[in-house]
Amino acid sequence: MDHPPLVALVGNPNAGKSALFNALTGARQKVGNYPGVTVERHSGRMALPDGRPIELVDLPGTYSLDPSSPDEAVTRDVVLGRQQGERLPDVLVVVADATNLDNHLRFVLQLKALDRPMLVALNMVDMAERDGLKFDLDALSAEIGCPVVPTVAVRKRGLDALRDALAEVLAGAPATLPPPLDSFDADIRHFQREARRVAGVAITEQPRARAVTRSMDAIALHPVFGPIILLTLMFVMFQAVFSWSEAPIGWIEGLQGWLAETAVATLPENFLRDLLVEGIINGVGSVVVFLPQILILFLFILVLEASGYMVRAAFLMDRLMASVGLSGRAFIPLLSSFACAIPGIMATRAIDDPKERLTTILIAPLMTCSARLPVYALIIGAFIPARQVVPGVGLQGLVLFVLYLSGIVGAVLAAFVLRRTLAKGQGGGFMMEMPRYQMPSLRDVALGLWHRAYVFLRRAGTTIMAVTVALWLLASYPVAPEGVKQSEYSAAGRIASGLEVVLKPIGFNHEMSLAVIPAMAAREVAVSALQTVYAIDATDEEQGAQELGGRLSGRWSLPTALAFLAWFVFAPQCLSTIAVVRRETNGWRVPGLMLGYLFALAYAAAGITYWSAVALGL
Amino acid sequence: MLSPNASLSHLAQRQHARVAGVDWDALQPAEARRLREFGVDEGVEIELLHRAWLGGGPVACRIGRMMVALRPHVAAAIRVTLAVD
Repeated sequence: MDHPPLVALVGNPNAGKSALFNALTGARQKVGNYPGVTVERHSGRMALPDGRPIELVDLPGTYSLDPSSPDEAVTRDVVLGRQQGERLPDVLVVVADATNLDNHLRFVLQLKALDRPMLVALNMVDMAERDGLKFDLDALSAEIGCPVVPTVAVRKRGLDALRDALAEVLAGAPATLPPPLDSFDADIRHFQREARRVAGVAITEQPRARAVTRSMDAIALHPVFGPIILLTLMFVMFQAVFSWSEAPIGWIEGLQGWLAETAVATLPENFLRDLLVEGIINGVGSVVVFLPQILILFLFILVLEASGYMVRAAFLMDRLMASVGLSGRAFIPLLSSFACAIPGIMATRAIDDPKERLTTILIAPLMTCSARLPVYALIIGAFIPARQVVPGVGLQGLVLFVLYLSGIVGAVLAAFVLRRTLAKGQGGGFMMEMPRYQMPSLRDVALGLWHRAYVFLRRAGTTIMAVTVALWLLASYPVAPEGVKQSEYSAAGRIASGLEVVLKPIGFNHEMSLAVIPAMAAREVAVSALQTVYAIDATDEEQGAQELGGRLSGRWSLPTALAFLAWFVFAPQCLSTIAVVRRETNGWRVPGLMLGYLFALAYAAAGITYWSAVALGL
Repeated sequence: MLSPNASLSHLAQRQHARVAGVDWDALQPAEARRLREFGVDEGVEIELLHRAWLGGGPVACRIGRMMVALRPHVAAAIRVTLAVD
């Protein structure tokens, strides 16, 4: 045998499977893909007490072997040994939530009926104890017919016992595996009744309530306070993005200025110095400066997700979502899309109904993602005065809120139309388990934030830097003769002049037309592109003297600036999103449709904004 | 007093009941399957916990030891009797 034994983690959603997987494998993890489907394969290495290696694979959570989504189908196929690209597991480790045993036992029993080597990790026993539940583990093990090990995955408790039990099960397993199974017992009612009987035997004491979650829900789901709390949370989140980030943004700007000054002072004036200062330091710096705001936004979303509040938000939003043919389930991917459309679109896999999923994918880019923040923050900072509308509510924050709202309204209208035309259908309804509230683990949130910061900085260091440098070269050459503006004479300028014919009617000027092209790679590039263009045109005294916002407010009219904002609410300018949509929908039809309707919306919105503002005399 | 044909939607908040039966035919196959997976079955303890803030919105209920959200038409398909205890 070349391969180490394969052990699969299986269980209901919310059983704590992934936490157990993390606890057992630590950093030795690999994320891949199952062939032919867009389901991620999480695998990792662990060692038995005697040092023998084990390959552990974490299968998608499911309630039974009867799948209702592609993820759940993978779980069934792996367990039965008929998943392409996966061996039949030598042992199944079934993870069950001790606080919800009669439900989770049903799946345990269905898996046991397959007659494969198996053991049960009875997880979250600490929570169960806090609820006052008491178990007879020997009786439970005897009833199921396999070892049962109590664990607390998030606290890394019970892991040694689990490894011991696993070694024992492996030792007792038949040397040659039985062939893949063609069928399984799908009558889950029968298993459910048996599960309740077994739970009745194994649970020796069972008080009724889950007091903490109950009293928190009495407020969070309250008909009046619930929506107020949700709205307040959203509002605080968007205000915090601006107010908490001021100081760290100042530090980054300070560092960027120091780097540029040092380079100018120490290097001789030549092509390389210009490239370094204008292309790299200022170009990349103008994007990196938004890292604090992006991290604040992700902090809110990660905490809401980990605490269990996100499902409550879905519950509160379901009725509204239903009025446009979606469900509360779509609210979670859409809220994630406020951070970034890519994880949002990947999260739509949890939506069972294909038409509802398609609609959610198509409108996800309308949720204002963090890459738009640099553009919004720049324009708002330059054109909207920083005064208070009422104490505690700044005008700038309010404009930002309106921009977010415009995206949401656009998404609502788009969903309404899509569900009556291209994605017509009955809808999958809304049935969701509401997990108990949990204090988010500091480590998990910090890891999530670190991951986001890394992705953003890597993008700034690769894609954004490459596009910025390419643009700087295109905008610097050929060198314009005396009396002609460099930004118009250069190669980039000539391309922009072609595009300007189309964009002029909606109020865009030459520099904006130029910035929109590289922003196709990623929206935030628009900021560094504007930075580059204005730096190139600037005379020597001006050079570096004025930051970008100051330059813009002197040159753009207010209607033009507002039109630029309106454009970015809708324009699908993100190659990564388009690539993910293609991957998730297996073809170019959906991304093509998305590009078409979003550009049309962006053009219309910018035009309407511009001409309304002009008519109002702004 | 609840009539013999009362459904989960008729329960008052925090009122304990047991599932008397489910009109499986009133549900789509996917809904029926998920409901079974939530453990809904004759005799199971059930409690209506919350109604959403807009009319026609979902309800949150406890099934056994599990809390789930359901749309009203699904809740209406679950027939209940009051728990005697």
